[in-house]
Amino acid sequence: MSATAATGLDAGRQAAEAQRRKEQIRMWSARLISLAVLLIVWQIFGSRVNKAVFAPPSRVIEAGLAMAQSGELWSYLRGSLLTLIYGLALSIAIGLPTGILMARSKLAGYALEWYVAAFNSTPMVALVPLITLVFGFDVTAKVIVVIISAVFAIIINTEQGVRNVDQRLLEVARSFRTTERALWGDVIVPSALPYIAAGMRLAVGRALVGMVVAEFFTAVSGVGYLIVRYSNSFEPDHMLVPIVVVMALGIALTAVTGGIERRIAPWNKHEE
Amino acid sequence: MSGNDEKMRIERATRTFSAGSVVAFQDLDLCVPANQTLCIVGPSGCGKTTLLRCMAGLLTPTAGRILLDGRVVTAPSPAVAMVFQHFGLFPWKTVHENACYGLKLKGIPRSEWKARIAPYIELVGLTGFEHMYPYQLSGGMQQRTGLVRALALHPEVLLMDEPFGALDAQTRELLQEELLRILERERKTMVFITHSIDEAIVLGDHIAVISARPGRVQEIIDVGLPSSRTADDVRLSPRYTELRQHIWGGLRQQAVAAA
Repeated sequence: MSATAATGLDAGRQAAEAQRRKEQIRMWSARLISLAVLLIVWQIFGSRVNKAVFAPPSRVIEAGLAMAQSGELWSYLRGSLLTLIYGLALSIAIGLPTGILMARSKLAGYALEWYVAAFNSTPMVALVPLITLVFGFDVTAKVIVVIISAVFAIIINTEQGVRNVDQRLLEVARSFRTTERALWGDVIVPSALPYIAAGMRLAVGRALVGMVVAEFFTAVSGVGYLIVRYSNSFEPDHMLVPIVVVMALGIALTAVTGGIERRIAPWNKHEE
Repeated sequence: MSGNDEKMRIERATRTFSAGSVVAFQDLDLCVPANQTLCIVGPSGCGKTTLLRCMAGLLTPTAGRILLDGRVVTAPSPAVAMVFQHFGLFPWKTVHENACYGLKLKGIPRSEWKARIAPYIELVGLTGFEHMYPYQLSGGMQQRTGLVRALALHPEVLLMDEPFGALDAQTRELLQEELLRILERERKTMVFITHSIDEAIVLGDHIAVISARPGRVQEIIDVGLPSSRTADDVRLSPRYTELRQHIWGGLRQQAVAAA
């Protein structure tokens, strides 16, 4: 590379950096403005409705601060987060090998595809009463609800990712006399990673839904129970606090998985 | 092309697809002399790439056999390295990791990789690009990486599947020159598939012209230019024009028929 080319590269890098900063500003303005509009509309309409059935954001924030200070919010949220973490961890531990197995072994695919399709399309609310019958109202039951909510997204995406490996790259690996084990590390897993990461992102959303639904039906713990309790006592301002918290959790977890996705598959950026 | 210095031999090989309804090549005989370059040209769809895959041990011929050093090829051999038209680089590996791929599979200690690829990296001008990913490179740089990956194994035979076919004309000529320089330093047996007559004459010691599907060897031509050469030497020689006209004359009818 000649000197002029190097300066050209630097200039290009600076331009790209400036472009990136501009994009950041645009992104955050759009986010904050839309949030402000939402809060204003909510405030205007929320104030006109009966206090016993709905609340404007001003009152929700007030209630949220009170619940946070008394420690109530955290004590319920803690149980929910534990359920979520156990459920997601087990979903990954079950989903990854199952997806890989289904993609690589025809027999496993034949044996399992019906059940994956069945569970994936059955609203898991329909199964919660059964699960509580069998497993009771404790953490176990809630973790199982989270797993059946999240695991199929991981299985299906992992299977898809492993199946979609570029056949040409498999041939390249074969021409260089790869072993089956090396093939996994060099080709199959890295090539499936973007799919797996996308599966995780979907799984996080579904796990949150599963977590709240499980808490509706089961023990007197978790943010789901908090929602039910304040709803029954006609305190919508308090009821909306855990709902907003779950929403914020959804945004945060999606952002985290998106970040992981970009980090584990930097080569995938240019395809977006 | 005398018998005792031949590296590979194809004996009455046939390869069909889709239960015999598509014949890639039929009853094909060809011999690859040791330490020379054999270019295979032919109209598109004449089965040249399939033939090369059979020679690499990636496919088996439906009938007949392919020998490497007198032994039947049944699987990819450690003495052979291949370069692909689609480059075949792993998008998740850097230039360095891609270039060392074969060494890693061969079980060469990691500490020796760098020294092993360094001369080739330098020879093809990839110095400074080692930590980039393929998508950050031009097609020419990607194929240079593919070339280094193959050469790093010190293969006895290089199988080149239209390696420069996806590159623009200028890059293609640069890579031809680089390849000639590499072969100058270490003679190898090379089988080079191309649909460019120009490329076949510039690189080849011999040129096998394959007919349209089902592929058969139509003619084997001795280029008759010194093995140590530059692309310019070749293109400026009267022999180049003569060969070009001769080969094009033979291929033309088939190309017209195929198009």
